[in-house]
Amino acid sequence: MKILVCISNVPDTTTRVKFTEGNRNLDSTGVQWVINPWDELSLTRALELKDNASNGISSVTVAHVGPASSEPTIRKALAIGADDAVRVNCDASDSYSVALQLAEVVKEGGYDIVMCGIESSDHNGSSVGGMIAGLLDVPLVSAVSSLDLRGGEPLISREMDGGREIVTTSLPMVAVVQKGIAKEPRIAAMRGIMMARSKPVKVVEPVDTAALTEVIEYEIPAPRAACRFIDPENAAELIFLLQNEAKII
Amino acid sequence: MSLLVYTENWNGKFKKLSLELVSYASGVGEIMNSDVIALTIGPVEEDELMRLAEYGASRIIVAEHDALKEYDTLTYASVITQLAEKEGSDVIVLANNNQGKGVAPVIAARLAAGLAAGVTGLPVSVDPFRIDKRAYSGNAMARLEIKTAVRILTLAQNSYDLKSNRRDAVIEKYQPVIENSPAIKIEDVQRQEGKLLLTDAEIVVSGGRGMKSPDNWVHIEELASLLGGATACSRPVSDEGWRPHGEHTGQTGKVIAPNLYIAAGISGATQHIAGVSSSKYIVAINSDKDAPIFEVAQYGIVGDALKVLPALVAAVKAAKND
Ligand SMILES: Cc1cc2nc3c(=O)[nH]c(=O)nc-3n(C[C@H](O)[C@H](O)[C@H](O)COP(=O)(O)OP(=O)(O)OC[C@H]3O[C@@H](n4cnc5c(N)ncnc54)[C@H](O)[C@@H]3O)c2cc1C
Repeated sequence: MKILVCISNVPDTTTRVKFTEGNRNLDSTGVQWVINPWDELSLTRALELKDNASNGISSVTVAHVGPASSEPTIRKALAIGADDAVRVNCDASDSYSVALQLAEVVKEGGYDIVMCGIESSDHNGSSVGGMIAGLLDVPLVSAVSSLDLRGGEPLISREMDGGREIVTTSLPMVAVVQKGIAKEPRIAAMRGIMMARSKPVKVVEPVDTAALTEVIEYEIPAPRAACRFIDPENAAELIFLLQNEAKII
Repeated sequence: MSLLVYTENWNGKFKKLSLELVSYASGVGEIMNSDVIALTIGPVEEDELMRLAEYGASRIIVAEHDALKEYDTLTYASVITQLAEKEGSDVIVLANNNQGKGVAPVIAARLAAGLAAGVTGLPVSVDPFRIDKRAYSGNAMARLEIKTAVRILTLAQNSYDLKSNRRDAVIEKYQPVIENSPAIKIEDVQRQEGKLLLTDAEIVVSGGRGMKSPDNWVHIEELASLLGGATACSRPVSDEGWRPHGEHTGQTGKVIAPNLYIAAGISGATQHIAGVSSSKYIVAINSDKDAPIFEVAQYGIVGDALKVLPALVAAVKAAKND
């Protein structure tokens, strides 16, 4: 069985974002790039599944759509433990075109389980995984909070409003994962970092596609009005303000 | 042209979120001169369906089919896609919740339609179609242009005010064509009965590591219950096992947008704020006057949460007795 983990390259989550060129693009000066947190957890889970030999997983591959400059992020994933990587050599212009490229990778590689994070921390699109499933017409389970294998069959918990369901489906499938999928992201050990240098990264050229959406500009929300401080000895004043000024309780 | 809004129901009942969606769709419909068709996957009783007419749905369609008893993402997406094609809908509106995030991208892929996920308001222009959405986990807004003739929007929760807009709606039954049997087999369902869902709550009282111990959550729970709200926490708190994982808010937890978020003993790390920055009001209680949480709060108390929370509980009780 082969697992494909789709990874996105995003600014470190503590970045104070700024924009350039008429607010069209992220100002990447000083930005640290990392594997999207959800994808890191999803990779961790894929590796945990592979560690258990009885699951019979032959490889965990990471796929990324992006230019050569995102290679450090791919190497990071290899250092954490992925066996190999595929990079589609083009800019990630919108979620549909990324999904289309990834769907090609899935077709070519014949993966059994494709894992995507619920969203990337930059575009917050919640779309790529679902689009891959829609494009390939393979079973999709979204809001996945745990993924196991039971005799070659995926055993999944998915979060529902007000509960969770334990479900199963046939392979190949796409799992869109969220909180719970792994506890802590796995960290690259020295040995992993050394080994990552020689692991294969296959670079493929993109298929023809056009973006369906485009960001025209970004805006940083106006800072909220300054905080109004209330004397800790006078908690009743806060309740009064919430009732009469904010009118929300 | 028409506008299709998919309104999920929970055992035949709608939530405020469903009404928000219809209200929002009718706002978009007004700009685009389109009628609003609301679709739900049944069964739902007629009285309940008519609630959607209060907010501007002029046709209410209930899809029913044996294959729709359980939620199968691809099947549900097919039903919505089919109806959108049949009605020539050029805008499809869904919620940006668990189910909406599941089906919307599938519909987008099937129709090769542009998707704007987590929109927070009406389109700023229709031709070209531009709309604002959340980006960088709440640190920015992106103005997105959708270039396709069909546009799919998922609405961020609690971002649009209900506006009544009564229509004499007709209810129609719809039997979709379902070619493939559902791919997902459900083995077990674990329900959390009777608890106010964090994502539905209008008031949320949340605690961080500054609460010191899980025993101190009695204060958080008491204040939440007095205010009719739900409880939440920061990530380290759920990692420590002080609180259930479902309560953790932030970048890697739940993203919520209540009217009021009370943060006690939470420092206000960007990853935490990412999950709560859309709250209408944030109240911070923290012993450190320089804690970053005060930068996003409208009301703040610098003090020991273990003393301030009981004082707030007493003040709410006193206010209720007035
Ligand atoms: C990739 C990534 C994703 C993350 N995702 C999330 C996420 O989704 N959600 C999340 O919450 N965190 C997340 N984090 C962690 C985040 O960076 C912070 O570490 C975390 O939010 C801090 O939690 P806290 O505020 O409870 O604890 P602390 O940072 O320890 O803050 C405790 C606060 O309590 C105050 N305090 C102490 N005693 C008292 C008292 N008696 N009365 C009042 N105040 C007191 C202190 O002044 C301090 O401000 C993430 C981190 C990373 C790297």
